[in-house]
Order: sequence, then C-alpha cells, then structure tokens
Amino acid sequence: MNREKSFNILRTAVAMLAAILVAFVIIILISDQPVQSILIFLLQPFSSGRYLGNIVETAIPLIFSGLSMAVLFQTSLFNLGGEGVYFMAGIVGSIAAIWLKLPIFIFPLLCLMVGAGTGILVMLVPGVLRAKFSANEMVTSLMMNNICYGVGCYVLNNMMRDPAVSTLVSYKYRSAAMLPVIIKGTRVHVGILIAILCAVLVYLFLYKTKWGLQVKATGANAKFAKYSGMNVTKVIIMVHVIAGAVAGCGGIVECLGLHKRFEWTALPGYGFDGAMIAMLANNNPLGVIGAATFVAYLRVGADLVNRFADVPTEMISILQTIIILLISAEKFLHKYKQKWIEKDVQIGEVQNEGVH
Amino acid sequence: MSDYILEMNHIAKIYGNGVVANSDVNFNLKKGEIHALVGENGAGKSTLMKILFGMEQPSRGEIILRGKKTVFSGSKEAIASGIGMVHQHFMLVESFTVAQNIVLGMEPKKGLFVNSEEAVRFTKEMGEKYNLPVEPEEITKNLPVGLKQKVEILKALARGAEILILDEPTAVLTPQETDQLFEELNQLKKQGHTIVFISHKIPEIKQICDRITVMRSGRTIETYLCEDVTEQQISNAIMGCELNTSIERKVKKYGEVNVHVENLSYTDKSGVQILKDISFNVRKGMIFGIAGVQGNGQVELIDILSRKRAVQSGNVTFFNQDISGLNQKTVRELSFGYVPEDRLEQGVASSVAISENMISNDLENNDFQKYGMLDFRKIDEFVNENIKGYEIRCAGGAQPVGMLSGGNMQKVVVARECEHNPDILIAEQPTRGVDVGAAHIIHKKIVQLCEQGSSVLLVSADLAEILKLSDVLAVMYEGEIVAFFESTEGLNEEKLGLYMLGIEKHTLEQMRKAVN
Amino acid sequence: MKGFINLIFSVDFVYSIFRVMTPLLFASMGAVISDIAGVPNIALEGLMLMAAFAGMYFSYLTQSAAVGLLMALLIAITFAGVLAFFTLYYKTNIILGGIALNSLASGGTVFFLYLVANDKGTSVSLASKTLPNIHIPIIENIPILGDILSGHNILTYVSVLAVIFTYYLLKSTDLGYHIRAVGEKKEAAESVGISTIKTQAIALLLSGVMCGFGGAFMSMGYVSWFSRDMLSSRGWIALAAEAMGRQTAIGTAAASLLFGVADAVSNAAAAQGLPSDLVKTIPYLATLIGLAIFSVRIYKKQKEV
Repeated sequence: MNREKSFNILRTAVAMLAAILVAFVIIILISDQPVQSILIFLLQPFSSGRYLGNIVETAIPLIFSGLSMAVLFQTSLFNLGGEGVYFMAGIVGSIAAIWLKLPIFIFPLLCLMVGAGTGILVMLVPGVLRAKFSANEMVTSLMMNNICYGVGCYVLNNMMRDPAVSTLVSYKYRSAAMLPVIIKGTRVHVGILIAILCAVLVYLFLYKTKWGLQVKATGANAKFAKYSGMNVTKVIIMVHVIAGAVAGCGGIVECLGLHKRFEWTALPGYGFDGAMIAMLANNNPLGVIGAATFVAYLRVGADLVNRFADVPTEMISILQTIIILLISAEKFLHKYKQKWIEKDVQIGEVQNEGVH
Repeated sequence: MSDYILEMNHIAKIYGNGVVANSDVNFNLKKGEIHALVGENGAGKSTLMKILFGMEQPSRGEIILRGKKTVFSGSKEAIASGIGMVHQHFMLVESFTVAQNIVLGMEPKKGLFVNSEEAVRFTKEMGEKYNLPVEPEEITKNLPVGLKQKVEILKALARGAEILILDEPTAVLTPQETDQLFEELNQLKKQGHTIVFISHKIPEIKQICDRITVMRSGRTIETYLCEDVTEQQISNAIMGCELNTSIERKVKKYGEVNVHVENLSYTDKSGVQILKDISFNVRKGMIFGIAGVQGNGQVELIDILSRKRAVQSGNVTFFNQDISGLNQKTVRELSFGYVPEDRLEQGVASSVAISENMISNDLENNDFQKYGMLDFRKIDEFVNENIKGYEIRCAGGAQPVGMLSGGNMQKVVVARECEHNPDILIAEQPTRGVDVGAAHIIHKKIVQLCEQGSSVLLVSADLAEILKLSDVLAVMYEGEIVAFFESTEGLNEEKLGLYMLGIEKHTLEQMRKAVN
Repeated sequence: MKGFINLIFSVDFVYSIFRVMTPLLFASMGAVISDIAGVPNIALEGLMLMAAFAGMYFSYLTQSAAVGLLMALLIAITFAGVLAFFTLYYKTNIILGGIALNSLASGGTVFFLYLVANDKGTSVSLASKTLPNIHIPIIENIPILGDILSGHNILTYVSVLAVIFTYYLLKSTDLGYHIRAVGEKKEAAESVGISTIKTQAIALLLSGVMCGFGGAFMSMGYVSWFSRDMLSSRGWIALAAEAMGRQTAIGTAAASLLFGVADAVSNAAAAQGLPSDLVKTIPYLATLIGLAIFSVRIYKKQKEV
C-alpha cells in the first residue's frame, strides 16, 4: 500500500501549495505592488542569515506545540489547551527566572522543569476529567485556556509587573536563567536543540515503546484497547502529562529564549497552531520539525510583506485554515487516487492473466 | 430477453482502497422466483447487491431492469424502481416506533407536522396486507430479532418493492423462526414478488430457492436450477475445490476445574433479571458449548466473565481465584483469552497494523522487549509465523488490519487470543459472518488450543458450529441454563431448537451435572 | 459585598441574564441540531464571530441594521456551508474542520477589521447600527416583570423562538425525523432513500442560521461595535450547555440559563470593582465545574450496574 503513503504526501504538498497560492491572491488584492510583494513573501526569508534565523526562532515554539498536539491527536484527543499551558507555564517559569538565584546551566534547566510541571498540572484538569469521567476534553481545555489567562493576568498585574516600565511586562529575568544564543548574528537560541531533542524523545515513545503502542491502540479504538487489557484511563492521563510537559517547556523556552521579561498580554495562539502543524506532519513527531519550519517560513514571509506593503499578518490564519481543511479532507483529490488505483488494478489483472 | 425482470451484465466494482469486489459478474432474475446468491465471504455478494440497490455504483457493466437499461445513482431510485433490501444488520432507527420506521422518508403530513395517527394506520394496513402483523407503536429497540426482521421486510414492501433482497436473513433466527420466515416468503412469492436470498446455509437454500447463483472471488461461477444440484455440488462450486471441514479430535482428557460459575444472577439497570442462578464448570482440556438464541443472557454472561460487568450475586472463580475484584486488564494477567463477537467494535483497531493488533494483549511479555523498547525483530517473527499458520491473506504485518476482509480480520483476532496460549479461552460467535475456509482454520486452532490443555467456553448461535466443536453443551433460555448434555452424540439442530425456544427443559438433576 | 448582593437581587441583574443568555441560546440550539444530525458543529464560536463582524461592517456600509442582520446571517450560513461541503463532500473530520473555521474566524476577522478600520482591536471608529429594542405592550406596564421581560433587543425574543423552533422541529416534523434518523443510524436513513449528506448539510446550515443571529446580536445589540475575539468562548460554553442538556432543546436552554447567570454574575462583580482579571474567569469556571459535575454524575449512573 505504498500508494496510500505517496498519496498522503501528494495531498500535503498540494495543501501547502494551495496555501501559498491563496497568499498570492490576498497579496495581489491588497498590495499596490503585487509582484514585488509576492517576491518578498516567497524569497526574502531566504535572503539573509538574519531572516533564516527568524525562521528557526519562529519554528521553536511551533515545534513544541506541534509535538504536544501530535501526541494528543494520536490518541484521538482533541484537546486545544496548549494556549493556556503556554501562558501559564510562561508565568510560573518566569516567576522562577525572576526571583530564584542559581548558577548557569542549572537555572534555565530548573525553569524548564517548572514550566513543564505547570504544563502538566494545567493539562491534568481536562485530562483527568476525560480519562475518568469522559468529559469532553475540547470544551474543558478551552475553558482552562480562559481560566489560565485570567489567573495569569492577575498574577502578572499584581505581583510581577515592573512599575518602571510603562507597558504591562514583568520584572527582568536574571541573566543566568536565560537561554543562550547559539548562532551569532541571529537570535537562534538553545531552545532549538531542546525542541529537536523533544521531538526525538516523543518519536521514540510513540513508535518504539509499548506505551506508544497503547497510545495508538487507544486512539484507534478505545474499546479495543480496554479489551486487550490496556488501562485506557492511565494511557489518557499519561498522554496529557506528556502533552502538558512538552507544551509547558515550549512556553518557558519561548520566554527565556526570546525575551528578557514576561511580555505576553494575550494568549499566544500556539495551541491552534499546534493542531495545524501536527496535521501537516501526519502526527509524526519528526515530521513536526519540518511542518513547523514550513509554517515559520510562511510567517516570516508574511511579516516581511506586512512591513513592506501593509498586508496584515493575520493573513496567516487564512492560509492555515486552508491547510487544515485540505489535509484533513479524505476525499480531496480522491478522483485521481481512484484512477491511479483502477489503473494499478487493471495492470495487475493483465499480469495475473499472463501468469495463468 | 423478456424472460428476466432483471439482468446485470459484466458488472465490475473496484473500491477506493484497491479492493476488487466484483470483476465480471452476470446475474439475472425471473419474475416470481426465489433466487439464492451464495459464495464465501468476500466473494462479492454484498457488493453486487449494494450495486443493485443503488448504494454503490459499478465501475463497469450494465443493469437492465424490466427490459430497460437502468442506472441507479442512489437507493432512492432503486426503491422507486421497486427494489427493496433487508440488510444483514437491520436498518432500523432503534429509538423510533415501528410506525415511524415504516414511514421514514415518506411520512404522511398534516400541515407542517407529521401525522402520527395516519402513520400508525398505514403500518397496520400494510401488516395485514402482507400478513406480517406488527405492533405500530412499540419502540423498535424493545423488539426481538425476529420481529425486527418483519419490520424490515414490511418497510421494503410498504415502499412498493417487487424485488426483495434478503442478506443472510436466517443468520440470527432459530430454526422455528426460520420456518416461519420461509412461509412468509413463499406467500410473497405467490403474490408475485421476486426474492434474492443470500445465505451461507446450503440446506436452507435447497429448501426454499428455485435457482441458485454461485459467486467466487468477485465473479459469478454458474447459475443452477436448485433441484438439479446436490448440496455437495453447491459446496464444491463455492469453494472451488473439495474441502474437508471435519475436524479430528484426539482423545478427550479433562483435568481440574479452571472455570467455576456458581449461582450467578444478574439484574440490569432497568430492573430486569437477565441471568438466573447459572452454575457450570469448565475443566482443563474441555470445550464447553453454550447454545441459545441471541439475547437470552449470553452477552451478559460473557461480559461478567470478561470483567466488563460486575458480579452481582453468585460466585465466579478462575483457577480457584475469585474474579469479582478483577478488571479487563488484571483478568488477562491470569492467562485469559477472549474472542469477542463484534470484531470491529472491540476485536481490532482497524487503522493500526496487523502486527500491533496481534501483540496488543501481551505487551508486558519480556520476549518482545529490548532495552525498555519493543523488539520489532522478535515481534515480526511471531507475527509472520501466525500469518502463515492462519493463512491470513494480507500484504504483510505492517498493513492496517482494517484493509483485510472479515474472515482474515477474524483470523487476526483468533491468532492473538490463541497464540499467547491462554489457559482459559472464551470464544463468542468466533466464525460469525466468516467464510467456510476461514471458519475451518479457526475451528482447528480452537480445538488445538483445547488439546494443549486449555479450557474453552464456546458461545454461539451457530448450531452446526457448536455441535461440531463442543465436548459438553448447555442451552440458555431467558437467562437460565435449561438443558445440559454431557456429550453431543445423537444431538441435532432440531432437537436443540426445542430447548432454545423454551419448549422443552431438562430436569434439575440432569442440569446439576454441568457442575461436575 | 453587600452592594454586590443587592445587585444580584436587582431587576437590572435579572434583565441582564436574558441579555447575556441570548447568544448562548442561539449557539446551543445550533449545537443541538447539528449534534442530533451526527455532525457536531464545533465552529459555533467562529461562525458567530464572523457574523458579528459582517453585521457590524454591513450595517456601517449601508447604515441599515436590517441589512447588517441579513449579511450576518448570510455569512454564517455561507461558512456553515463551507464546513458542510468539506466534511460531507470531502470527508474532512468534522472536529478538525471546526477547528479550521474557528482559526479562520479569529484571524480573518482581525485581518478584515484592519483593512476596513485600520485597527486590530475594535471597530469603534466605524459608526455601525444596532438592532432595535422591543417594548411589549401591556407586559411592559406590569411592575418588576415588565422591567425584566420587556425592552430587550429584538434578537433576545428571537432566541426564545429559536428554542421553541428547535423543539418542534425535532419532535414533530419530517425534517426533524430525518435529522434524528441520520444522526442515530445513517444507514437506516440511506436505506429508505433519505440522503445523509443532504440532511446533515441542512442541519449544519440551520446551525449556521443560529450562529448568524447569535453573532449579529453581539455586535448589533449586546454592544454596538465589533472587537477581536468578542465571543470570548461563548460558542464553546454553548457546546457544554448542549452536552449537559443531553441534546434536548429544553434541557439545553436550561443549562444555558445556568451559564447565563454565571456570566451576569461576572459582569456584576466586575462592576463592583472586584479584580477584573479573576472575575472574568467566572463563566469559564462555572462551565468547567458544571461539565465536570455532569460528567461525574453520568459516570456514577453507569457504574451502578
């Protein structure tokens, strides 16, 4: 069934292409200098080391959220709580980064662990409710997003706010807590290595261990998993713990890698991005790295066009919608697939008859 | 040409996943006949009928109905042309009343709303006209299987069906209910209806059909007059070769009691007592058969044994250990295997690979682990051995199990449950909807497991199967064991049928032997 | 605290419950219809957001609230149609399709807001219209009751009609029968020639109509402008209400009332000067807790056997 696989790749490619084409249409409609704008959108991201660096640094949080969603999707859990986890992990991790005092190396590591731990706690709410009482995890996780945001804002406003600055930001992080830049001349920080490490670990977990098999079985058919002697409740909770830890890491890595203070005043939107990236990657953790890079490239391009031609960067969300819709459309391009298969079968029939 | 009310010529159907369901099918019907369509599972009968009923469109070929070339783009057109279908799995909305089901899609109206009184009246009228009395205001969910089937047939007739397709209508019926169905079908035939009768049961076909068309691997092999062929000839045509399906059983030797059920009773949510004081023992090396019409408590009994339902009262032990505190996971740790009735519901995870389906119940096995991860070399070895041993037709262990035919999928389930060598195996309708070839392999493997010293509890509505495999046999009726046979010698399906319908009953003394 | 309690028992407070319930009722009826049909529409949030934007923008363009409402309905129905097309025709998973539409609405409305108002936050710079409030004769003169029941926005009354409509649609019309049949067992419906795709598409479009009303109310009644993500998860709360109402029109309306109260309490508390960041979370906490209690109860009921 290699046809199946190559067909999936084709569909993904078509979806990516369609997204870029739609971007063209939007730019043509809005920009006064459409040709130049399109060129900027397509090529400028590759034009300098700094922009390439932008792609990588944009990809980092996307990888984390994509991984987190891929694990959940593999279990057929539609939990969109990544948003809240990012925000809350950022807040709690930032508290550690502002007020603790530890040596280099250990300090950021501890902050990461604090972020991951916060992520786990936040995710456990929808996770436990789903695993034990089958409460709809999508609704509960979205409620958690709003709750996290409210509580986070309260903490930020009343405890962490730096009065010396006019905008709503926290005190500065201690410099020992921050993640070092690894490529000079860019802002690419150590977070990219952590992200890749996470991707590899999640990959091994999902595809090479018995737990991964349990996750997939639960996602494909929970009754079957239960009947086979798997503890489905435990599997669902375990998946939420992993998703929470990964997303929590993503939140604090983003804060400590790119910013000097906690700067988010709205939910960062990575939860929904994660859903799209996981789908682009067909829920494969290693594929997430590629998918996140592609989306990061689109973003950097859109950002550059925005500066040049005043096309709002929210254009990206339109492109994302197209990607999600087309990739998840099983019957999209189905006619061609059917023709392929019928052709294959006919050839096969002829060959078979030759053998007889 | 006008001989035939329907002709289907050179029909081919290729599905999106590359499965060739029909490759060159020729099928015709004479007005007023009962025409049998037989073949192994996956031979393409269902697909052909779906094409006739407009549910699928053929990739090639033509349909000629009453002399006119016809193309159906959906069931609606087929229904309008006088074709009706009674599916193997009933197409009834369970929460609706009988009348609501009968008029579904053609509801009588009063202003904006549905006219319920008219629907009830119409249902009664139809029932009388075709001699299929039903209770219009009953909720469909509460009807027994035989009545549901009547509603289905009536539903088709109410829509003006002249050609009636029945897909394995007797699979769920007792011998007595089957007789009644045949009477009703003969009457419809007299009224001028044409009936397509799909079945696996050759004696039935001989009994009721006029002509018979045999299909094999997506092609029609031959159409015979029923009286011209013997059962053996039909069977050979279906299989394509002669197949000996008898199973040799070495000397039976029973050991200690592995499964002990004592005074087990169970009452469901709505307060109905489903199981009444059930007691039996299954010994080592024994196949204990439980026969019975579906819905007489077998499902609940198995659910309790496989730890999906609570042990409310009574005592159940495996290997002398009380199981009431166990769950689906911990009971498996006792060396317990279970082949469930509905393979798609819980027997497999369709989108997951064959190999992963085959080891899902044995993940803790250290043979399959290496450095804390799965050892795929060992796993593939195990899986390939079983693919060979069970003759599973597939493209390899990595193929998603959902792409297999029903029979092959069931082999995967049986392989998983038997090849990890459980000391207790529950097999629930293990060959339902499975073709003769696959059924034979499955039967062989179950017997083999038993001969290795396992206890097997076989629950089935397929009497032929239960008579063939069981060492001892109990009959369940309305939640009770009403008969117990220490051997199946001298038993036949008709005799069992009497117990299954509650007409006869063994003495308490006789039934007490089940505990020995 | 005393002021707060007084406020809760005031006429204004009860009046405000009806006001905040309006979008919840619309959205949750949309949820009921689509879920019964077997195509749970989780894009309620996004559809309402788009409708809210369309209502604001077109009433500004034409200076007519009626045109605004029409366009709000049209946009919501169109995008419900897009969802129906992808899920029914291209077989996109309905949940993923819903996620996609929500993300489109959230970003797309800001995108267009910026193009038309040069602002990524609100549309206050555009003078858009609102739908009228209705004073019911006779009832408005009854003391207390009149103040509570009369003088609401026209869409608040429509939302009550929407509940009645949904109830009778499902209980006693042939379309309702088909929707239920398709949702419970689509093979059964297909086997008698009812088109699953058509029926589910109609159900999704109907949920689109509901969202059109709900969205229009937000930008042309609840307030008189559009702001980014102004639905603040009401579409999701509606889904929770639908689950707790067990897919029935009346039960769902009752659950919506519960969340409406929570929303009104949150507004009242904020007006009293309690910390707004925390107070804003009350409706979400209420939903989370409500859904949790509901799920636990169902779980226990099932476990008793």
